[in-house]
Formats: sequence, C-alpha cells, structure tokens
Amino acid sequence: MLNYLWSFMILAGIMWGAANNTLDAVTQSIVDSAGDAVKLCLTMAGIMSFWCGILEIGNRAGLIEWLAEKMGPMLSFLFPDLEKDHPARLPIAVNMVANMLGLGMAATPAGLEAMKLLGGEPGQNRASDAMCTFLIINISSLQLVPVSMIAYRTQYGSGNPAAILGPALIATGCSTLTAVIFCKLVRLWKVVAEK
Amino acid sequence: MISWISRILVPLIISYIVGFGVLSKRPVFDDFLAGAKDGMKTAAELLPVLAGLLTAVGVLRASGLLEAVCSLLSAPAEWLHLPEPLIPLALVRLISNSAATGLALDIFKSYGPDSYLGMAASVMMSSTETVFYCVSIYFGSIHVTKTRYVLPGALIATAAGIGASVFLSKPL
Repeated sequence: MLNYLWSFMILAGIMWGAANNTLDAVTQSIVDSAGDAVKLCLTMAGIMSFWCGILEIGNRAGLIEWLAEKMGPMLSFLFPDLEKDHPARLPIAVNMVANMLGLGMAATPAGLEAMKLLGGEPGQNRASDAMCTFLIINISSLQLVPVSMIAYRTQYGSGNPAAILGPALIATGCSTLTAVIFCKLVRLWKVVAEK
Repeated sequence: MISWISRILVPLIISYIVGFGVLSKRPVFDDFLAGAKDGMKTAAELLPVLAGLLTAVGVLRASGLLEAVCSLLSAPAEWLHLPEPLIPLALVRLISNSAATGLALDIFKSYGPDSYLGMAASVMMSSTETVFYCVSIYFGSIHVTKTRYVLPGALIATAAGIGASVFLSKPL
C-alpha cells in the first residue's frame, strides 16, 4: 500500500511542481526534509529507548499476564460466546493489554494467535462475531500513552508536549466505547431478527 | 481535569511498572537496558522511513499540490466541521501509519504543535488506528474473506475518535 502511496506523493508532487513552476521549491524541500528526518530521529532515539526500557521491565516481570488475568470479567462481557476456558481468551487479553501499554510489537503476535484460535473449522472464510468484535475493538485504538507523538511534538518545539495525554485518553475512550456499543448493537439486532 | 490527567499519567505508569518490577524481584535495570536497546534499534530503523516520507510530504507541500487538495476538500470539510488541513491526514490515517505521521509532522511544522490544528492532529494520531492495514493483516492471516460488519464498525469507531480529537482540541 505504502509503495503506491509514496510513489504517488513523489510523482504527483513533482508533476504539479513542473506545471506550476515551483520545481525550485520542490528541490529545496527535498534537501530540507531529509535533514529534518535525521534531527527528528536523534530526538526520538532517547525517549523511545527510555520508554521501551520501562515497558520491558513490566514485560519481564509478568505485568502483561497479570493484567490479562484481571480482564476476565471484561472479556466475558465483550465475548459472550467464548466459554470460560476458551484458548483464545488469553491471547485476546494479552493483545489488548499490550496495545494499551503501547507495546505494538507484543500486541500483534498475540492478536494473530487469537485470530487463529478463534478460527474454527478450516476452509471457513466467514468472520465470526467474536472475530469481528475483537478486530473492531483492536482498531478503535486502545493506547494509553502516545509516546511517539509526544516525542515528535518535543522536536517541533511544543511548550507542553504531554498536553495531549488527557485529550488522547478521552478520544481513545470515545472511539473504543463506540466500538463496543456498535458490536453490542449488531448482536442485539441479530437476536431480534432471529425471533 | 484533562490537564491533570496529562500531568500525572506518565509518572504514574512509570512508577507503577518500576514498582511492579521491584516487587517481583526482577533485576530492573538489566531489564530496562534490554528494552532500551530495542528502542534504540527501533528509532534507528525509523530514520530511513522518515527520510522517505518527510521528503514525499515536503514535495507535496512545496509544489503546492497539498494546498490544492485541501482547498478541493474544503466543502466536505466544512460539512463535517473538520478544519481543511486535517482532511488529508484523516484519509491517509486509514491506510498508512507512517505516511500519516509524515502529514502530522507537516502540520506541526506549518502551524506549530501547540496550535489548534497541531493539537487536533496529535490527538487524532493517538486515538485512531490504521483501519485497512489492520483488517488486512488480521483477516489475511487466517484467510477470512467475508469480513461482515468489521469495516463499518471500525470506520464508525475511527470517526468517533476523529470527532472527539477535533472537539477536545478546540481552544476553550
């Protein structure tokens, strides 16, 4: 996807520049932007490194599993059709907790594992309700601390880079709540339709 | 209240995690170093990605095409109560995280990270996900082709996140 998007941005930009006589500015911006990327990464490196270190402490101390265990009642609410001992429950919880903490690298493998365990019979290509609920909630974004955005804001001279934490938390809450309500309504509608 | 959450959340999470590690009798600094090395690697791997994408966004901006696209989208933007410059960001956000980051950084550069647009872009990036990318890797991995209500659900949730971002970033 990015291959198309990136080549479109470059080619369309240059053609537009040629048509509007802004090619000098285009060339200058290429030099400037590439330099910006280096400065940005240097600033990012420190905070990324610190944050990943902190998260690794939690990871190795078993924080993810511990929190995942605490999520039992919430999972039963979100996935009423998964039995208490369904094998997919653990990876689902691990995926959600890892997403909340911003551990994308730990979240994705657990999420894929959960999908596989929710899979059912081979050859079945239709998503189950549990799969739909899991993916919609996953996409609604669960991240509590947007570390990279804070680092980017610092680089661009923000007076208070962390000011976005509160609004981001509330906005993430809104999108996740919408996702939960949507999934519940779909199930409700299915029950009503069957009657 | 919101700024209070902003102020305490990071210290709270850090002390919680470090405390949890100490109570679990882990060698916390060794664990920290192991993770920090990975973080450094991630940042280093980000450099070529950003060099490519910031340049591409720079080209769009300098040629005047980005501006032209924004003004083309001004009618739907007004209808949705979205500020014009956020429209390309909201659309690209659905497809690619790194390309959207490039656009958000461009907004920081042009309007400042603490401006209304800068805040809205930051919050939007933090409260939404790459919808189409996620659906394709998760369902692609188990060969599910009938995705049923996933896309409408994910898009509605994302729209709620975008709406909340714009609303919460408005100067009081």
